Amino acid sequence: MTALQPFRTGDTPLPDIVILTHKLTRDYDMGGEVVRALRGVSLQIRKNEYVAVMGPSGSGKSTFMNLIGCLDTPTAGEYWLNGQKVSDLSDDELARIRNKEIGFVFQTFNLLPRATALHNVELPLIYAGQPARERREQAARALTSVGLGDRMDHRPNELSGGQRQRVAIARALVNQPSILLADEPTGNLDSATSAELMQVFRDLHRGGQTIVMVTHEHDIAAHAARVVTLRDGVIATDQLQAA
Amino acid sequence: MPFFEAIRLALQMIRAQKLKSVFSTIGVFIGVTFLIGAWSVVNGMNRYMTEKFAGTLVGVNTFHLRRSPNVNFDVQDSVWRSWRRRPRIKFADANAVTKSLTVPVVTAWYSEDRGSVEYSGKVAKDITLEGTTERYFDIMNLTIGDGRPFTPQESKAGTTVVVLGYDLAHKLFPDVNPIGHNVRIHGIPYRVIGVVERQGNLLGISLDKFVVAPALSPIQREVNPPGVVDALIVKANSEPEMREAMNQAEAVMRSRRHLRPRQDDNFAMETSEGVLDFWNKLSRILYAVGPGLVGIALVVGGIVIMNIMLVAVAERTREIGIRKSLGARRRDILRQFLAEATALATVGATLGILTGIGLSVLLQAVSPLPASVSPFSIVLGVVVGGGVGVIAGVYPASRAARLDPITALRQE
Ligand SMILES: Nc1ncnc2c1ncn2[C@@H]1O[C@H](COP(=O)(O)OP(=O)(O)OP(=O)(O)O)[C@@H](O)[C@H]1O
Ligand SMILES: [Mg+2]
Repeated sequence: MTALQPFRTGDTPLPDIVILTHKLTRDYDMGGEVVRALRGVSLQIRKNEYVAVMGPSGSGKSTFMNLIGCLDTPTAGEYWLNGQKVSDLSDDELARIRNKEIGFVFQTFNLLPRATALHNVELPLIYAGQPARERREQAARALTSVGLGDRMDHRPNELSGGQRQRVAIARALVNQPSILLADEPTGNLDSATSAELMQVFRDLHRGGQTIVMVTHEHDIAAHAARVVTLRDGVIATDQLQAA
Repeated sequence: MPFFEAIRLALQMIRAQKLKSVFSTIGVFIGVTFLIGAWSVVNGMNRYMTEKFAGTLVGVNTFHLRRSPNVNFDVQDSVWRSWRRRPRIKFADANAVTKSLTVPVVTAWYSEDRGSVEYSGKVAKDITLEGTTERYFDIMNLTIGDGRPFTPQESKAGTTVVVLGYDLAHKLFPDVNPIGHNVRIHGIPYRVIGVVERQGNLLGISLDKFVVAPALSPIQREVNPPGVVDALIVKANSEPEMREAMNQAEAVMRSRRHLRPRQDDNFAMETSEGVLDFWNKLSRILYAVGPGLVGIALVVGGIVIMNIMLVAVAERTREIGIRKSLGARRRDILRQFLAEATALATVGATLGILTGIGLSVLLQAVSPLPASVSPFSIVLGVVVGGGVGVIAGVYPASRAARLDPITALRQE
């Protein structure tokens, strides 16, 4: 792997760069007092990288993930996704990016509680405008691929934590996004289930998936090829490690 | 997202949130029910008054020449006393007026009072005894169900024949056909020659308890002093011809009564319009007050729905966040909530229409108040009730759909 070139304002990212942030900043205005959650994060992630983001609580990991997942808007700085400058996009274009380019796995799953596993996985396809029959087949395939082929008609409260997280992963991947973002995906799982989930991630990575994952746990981070550590809203370390 | 998809989604959510859905329909339901129900009473009264009440008492294109108005509401004592002092309408007056009219009309004499009718020991009390001439049946649209009316000859000769009202006939002759039997009025026998078809009731009073005999028969003694009638009834073919006939009748009566130009008429000419005057005054008030009340009900209902929806949307902001994080555009969210609110409002409005109609049918069955559902009230109910429901459902959702996905997701 060649070393990444430093990015300057006015540049455009190299073609194999999936995610590029430049001095990304996010302030929260808490009634007069400003919380500076991110204070200029510059990072480049190549296609098919597997990155773990670590750091103490409150260091800005979730804030960073939400920004690169297009769930939140930066206060300042640039964010390029697949060579496209996200900060310039309209509301509808952002919705399209969330739909097609990004698969987001939350610590708290964020499944629709009253919908079946199948319907939950169908949601991104609905907003992609897929016809009903194709959509159902594709969602069913995604569920089967995470080992939930026999749980499609179950609602989230009829599933275990690990099963819910796998539904969430199936949902994140069903539209074949260019990046998979996971914010503490094992945070609510026991160690056996966490290990299974890491197996799923490893397989996805081997299949060419770009993955960015936030975690507190070193043995989870050990699965990634690169570890980025945040501290007080800036990058403290950025290291490659042997798989 | 195609619209069909939004509807499917909406139905799913409604099924999933039964209780909330029920509550949100109730507001629309109450508004629409109340609107249709209340309106149907006013509307029914109005139709009843214009079509039946006035028509029954006076007749269409018809006027009654009387000593004083028969139908009157809240008349002062002094006026009433002056009416009592007026001369009565004589046979000779009736004949003179009839002869003088140049427009084509049909006329009949009419006198009435209350009394008893007997048949073989059975007595029917409080029956309207009517002395008339033969055209009375035509003028008042009385259809003879069984037998015949009396003939001009019988009318002129004062033959002792009678036509019975439906209820009276059934009371005196429960098992036998009354035709050919003799009933007695004040001891005098009259041969029954006909029975009038059932007419129903007017504001709860039966219209079928009467007996009609020729004015020149002995029944005259029961209803009026000799040579006097209560009214000369004149029916013209059209409203203008009726007006013309009224002018001619007035002129004849004034000259017969030797009234000077400045003196008021000392007789009355009553039309169905006159009867309606009173009702029109009342219905103007009802039509003004009724929709006001209904409007208040709808506004209150709307606020209730709006609040329910606001709560529902606050609770569902997370859902909106999830959907947005998966690629739903603002308009997808709006469409979903629009379909949902529309479905709920439709259910509410439909139930409201059915209940409103049911209420009006019930009202008609158990009370003398006539109720009649007006199509306009249904349209208004659906438009206003449904509109309130939809706006109340969509407005809060449109606010939630504007949030960043993460802001929506963070809300509990
Ligand atoms: N919505 C918000 N409003 C105000 N401040 C916020 C908000 N979200 C995050 N913050 C603040 O921004 C900083 C970074 O928060 P963030 O959630 O990114 O931390 P984190 O690294 O994910 O922590 P954890 O490991 O506990 O999840 C914190 O100080 C936090 O209090
Ligand atoms: Mg976090």
